[in-house]
Amino acid sequence: MAEYNRPLPSPTPETRHFWEGCREGELRLQRCTGCKESYFPPRPFCPACGSRDVEIFKASGKATLYSYIINHRPRPDFGEMPHSIAVVTLAEGPRMMTNIVDCPQTPEALILDMPLEVTFEKANDEISLPKFRPVKG
Amino acid sequence: MKQKTVAVVGAAETTEMGKIPNTSQLMLHADAALNAMKDAGLTAKDIDGVATAGDSPVEVAHYLGITPTWVDGTSVGGCSFMLHVRHAAAAINEGLCNTVLITHAESGRSRVGARRFSRDPASQSGQFEVPYGITNPPTMFTIPALRYMKQYGVTEEDVAQVAVVQREWAAKNPRASFRDLITVDDVLNSKMIAWPFRLLMCCLVTDGGGALILTSAERAKDFPQKPVYILGTGESCETPMISQMEDFTTSKAFRVSGKKAFDEAGIKHSEVDHLMIYDAFAHLPIYGLEDLGFCERGEGAAFIREGNTRPGGKLPLNTNGGGLSYMHSGMYGMYALQESVRQMRGIAPAQVPGAKISIAHGVGGMFAASGTIVFSNETP
Repeated sequence: MAEYNRPLPSPTPETRHFWEGCREGELRLQRCTGCKESYFPPRPFCPACGSRDVEIFKASGKATLYSYIINHRPRPDFGEMPHSIAVVTLAEGPRMMTNIVDCPQTPEALILDMPLEVTFEKANDEISLPKFRPVKG
Repeated sequence: MKQKTVAVVGAAETTEMGKIPNTSQLMLHADAALNAMKDAGLTAKDIDGVATAGDSPVEVAHYLGITPTWVDGTSVGGCSFMLHVRHAAAAINEGLCNTVLITHAESGRSRVGARRFSRDPASQSGQFEVPYGITNPPTMFTIPALRYMKQYGVTEEDVAQVAVVQREWAAKNPRASFRDLITVDDVLNSKMIAWPFRLLMCCLVTDGGGALILTSAERAKDFPQKPVYILGTGESCETPMISQMEDFTTSKAFRVSGKKAFDEAGIKHSEVDHLMIYDAFAHLPIYGLEDLGFCERGEGAAFIREGNTRPGGKLPLNTNGGGLSYMHSGMYGMYALQESVRQMRGIAPAQVPGAKISIAHGVGGMFAASGTIVFSNETP
């Protein structure tokens, strides 16, 4: 594959499990074993109740489209055409920023609340980015 | 902070605004500060408190020759100056200092001596937002709007209307960057930036600055300018990442900050004669009107469309033309405060006749933080 020239994340000790999951094709969230809150972005304690008793689990990868823009400002690293920058609501509750892929980058194709599923875009041997595509059928 | 009241006794913007390629960012701070000190009849020797955001208050204090006993470098984006006013009022009340200088300056357009902005790839934003192509505010601040529009049936025309109305105010202001009247079609036909946002729905990028001087209300009467009293203040913050905002149709930071300021001032919405809502993008005044409680949820766009905020309307809003038409050097909150002070002094280019209470409401980052100040020209 061509060399990946977009900005990439630098995992920290608190987020490493998430990026390792992406590399292995799993979307890993965290959940409080006490109050059962699922949350994102990663941290080793529950943002709802403060408990450090939290677990990592594999999320379903299902999501819906919460909101987005279609960026028309120059981003040569994203190609010549406008591209979506979206926020999705995961089936487990948390929201995350992403790009909607495998779909025209147009208002007609990108409908709020449409069902989506995760797909991983490999940037290098360390980092794969979670992206979302429309659920077929 | 109800023990004593604090007042603005000096207020000024930089001598020039817009494109100032022959002046560094640090000198823009000093230019605004010197103008504000002249306005208040003071020199640097009289200032014992300093606050600024973005740049260091140490740099500003030293450059101007000020030896402060109180320093505030709260830097939470463009509303930082609202927070400085709030903190300064508390500090003056507490006796930590007597006379506070708050400055903003940014060589936003010419980038002379301007700091560089970058996000560390290990920061939360660097890990969970930057990889998806966000660059600057037009690709972040805009993201929630589509959800708001769907939820309340607000159209692109409605959002465009915000820019149209603010241009009506800018047309009355000789210092505004853009003064020619525009139509909804002009806005919708301007260059696409980040669908659904067009160029004319986005704020300007200019050079400039502003400064305020605050002291206790009891001293304020001895100054050359009509004092502008601070009735109430609020502040809050929500999230450093737009993707983690609790609800894309309302700002928690706006609601918390606004309620604090209203409660402290003890005023009703119907008593507000003049309102400034930081408009980095055209949807901000809509969110602000609702989150401050001037409109019910979902009714902000109609409120503007029906003419309530335009010249002659019942709630004059962003009367300098706003960040969309007046100027925006990077942290516009200072200019919203300046316009509130002008309105309370009765010297604004588009003066609201008889205005007695003005509110300046700011946003920091991308719905990240907020600050709200209630001003009055009458002794509380």
